[in-house]
Amino acid sequence: MSRISTSFEKLKKEGRTALIPYVTAGDPAPGVTVELLHGMVEAGADVIELGVPFSDPMADGPVIQLACERALLHNTRLLDVLAMVAEFREKDADTPIVLMGYLNPIEILGYQTFAEEAKKAGVDGVLTVDLPPEESGEFNQIMRAHDIDTIYLLAPTTEDERIKYICEHGSGYLYYVSVKGVTGSASLDVQAVADKLDLIREYTTVPLGVGFGIKDAESAKAVSAVADGVIVGSVLVNKIAELVKDQQQIAPQVSAIIKDMRVAMDS
Amino acid sequence: MPTNIDLKALSQLPDSKGHFGPYGGRFVSETLMAALKQLEETYETLWRDPAFQEEFDKDLAHYVGRPSPLYHAKHLTEHVGGAQIYLKREDLNHTGAHKINNTIGQALLAKFTGKPRVIAETGAGQHGVATATVAARLGLECQVYMGAEDVQRQALNVYRMKLLGAEVISVESGTRTLKDAMNEAMRDWVTNVDDTFYIIGTAAGPHPYPKLVRDFQCVIGREARQQCLEQAGRLPDALVACVGGGSNAIGLFHPFIEDADVKMYGVEAGGYGVETGQHAAPLSAGSPGVLHGNRTYLMSDEGGQIIGTHSVSAGLDYPGVGPEHSYLKDTGRAEYVDATDDEAMDAFRALTRIEGIMPAIESSHAVAYAMKLAKEMDKDQIIVVNLSGRGDKDIHTVAQIDGINI
Repeated sequence: MSRISTSFEKLKKEGRTALIPYVTAGDPAPGVTVELLHGMVEAGADVIELGVPFSDPMADGPVIQLACERALLHNTRLLDVLAMVAEFREKDADTPIVLMGYLNPIEILGYQTFAEEAKKAGVDGVLTVDLPPEESGEFNQIMRAHDIDTIYLLAPTTEDERIKYICEHGSGYLYYVSVKGVTGSASLDVQAVADKLDLIREYTTVPLGVGFGIKDAESAKAVSAVADGVIVGSVLVNKIAELVKDQQQIAPQVSAIIKDMRVAMDS
Repeated sequence: MPTNIDLKALSQLPDSKGHFGPYGGRFVSETLMAALKQLEETYETLWRDPAFQEEFDKDLAHYVGRPSPLYHAKHLTEHVGGAQIYLKREDLNHTGAHKINNTIGQALLAKFTGKPRVIAETGAGQHGVATATVAARLGLECQVYMGAEDVQRQALNVYRMKLLGAEVISVESGTRTLKDAMNEAMRDWVTNVDDTFYIIGTAAGPHPYPKLVRDFQCVIGREARQQCLEQAGRLPDALVACVGGGSNAIGLFHPFIEDADVKMYGVEAGGYGVETGQHAAPLSAGSPGVLHGNRTYLMSDEGGQIIGTHSVSAGLDYPGVGPEHSYLKDTGRAEYVDATDDEAMDAFRALTRIEGIMPAIESSHAVAYAMKLAKEMDKDQIIVVNLSGRGDKDIHTVAQIDGINI
């Protein structure tokens, strides 16, 4: 069983919801990331989504766009991100890591090379925002051959027939985008999310993570009541942006936000 | 051109998933998938609907002013010495460029689907003006995304859009040019997908855009083919068009794909010279990748990041290209070349002085290559150049190059 499935199984037995923070690798500098990942795990993160910087992050709002720009100032490439994962794995053999980003860096590296290197580094899953299942036949096959989960998005606009289709292709967990919009946009409507998750569960037993619009401990707690995973990104990346000039503070302060959410979710 | 390709099959692409060989497709985040599927269904139905066709044709005739002339540029031909140069005068269309053919079509789609708001991205501002124009006419709310750098170098078009009632949103992210405007328009569309129609300006983006933009622009090639037969009694030997995203080029080329003897040349922006790296010529110097919803030739670095481009013309300053061009290149059916900033400016001046026609700097790239090509061809051969837009919008840029403040 993959590290992702093991984590969700364990949480399920404990009656808890997964807390899944997102940060962009190399933001604001390459040296910050690994320590930050360890800090987030210690604060209660169950799975980590590690953003691969891209020059044209079309599905992201200004907060994550700027994070990409900061990371790219230091030329943080896909292979550098994999090196960070490998370094993280030296001290953490259990926490699943999912790479989140856009297709072009993977496409340019080559699917096969990417899969081999990602597996070697200790990556557990990959979520490619601009690669819907329709276009991912070969990609999926290669990732599966390397025991890497392929995580797909579901949206409020995704209709029944398509939910079924996506559920057949996803593994590890499915990522429900709770609002129409880019990352960091409007607040979500918990009841609407709950209704859609019920519908999705008719088609799959794969855990459902919910992201976009979770801004604080309160909204994390609300979503944790209906989802299997709470995904939180922009609020953490915003904190990182505030601390660009005081990078020592990034790991402790971001971890503090995670801890608040963890406590609220478990209470 | 390789002799083993099936030209009929080539002309019938894309397939049902929007693929031109390995290119094209639909690479977008999930939120947009339903909207694209709906657009595809709407388009496929309406495009076959005689009522839609009739309204489209009527608008092209009476609002745009089609057919646009095919003009035998005898003075330029004489000046160059070589093949006969004909200009397809898209510059004479309402709003001054080929862009209006597509916006008329897409605005009709917006109208038939009942979306009250349209958005667009624009580089040189021609597509933004064409979108603002049709929006004004149909009473649609209109917002146009434009890179901050382009807002500066195309101030005239920015003001035109404002006069037409559109809001121009200056995009400060990334390289502050066309690609960033497109990112921002996509973000808007994801957020407002229920009430908004995204009028993409070029034959690129996720399926079905490359197909529908091409279909709306093919009026250029159909007319040119007919006009050339009427005026010269035969088909041209070569077609030349500039390629940024490639909508004017595909509009001219596509109706000739099955005419194996008609050569096609797409002219990319060579900027300071392809060898300097400062250009916008993905087909000449890039490699396949995925951006803005489609797989196509792109300018990206070895880490897969999109590289900044340079061209004197805002409309060609784009790191990608429509997917059909990528496949026409790979199959060898079309050839892709480049013209530098300097060559384009020389052609701009030549056409202005010799024929009294002031071309857009974008179109000047095509003119520059045609002048080169004509010299190598016989006097009884024919080149049709797509004069995709007029140069009024570029006066400030030209004056600036000349060191004149107006």
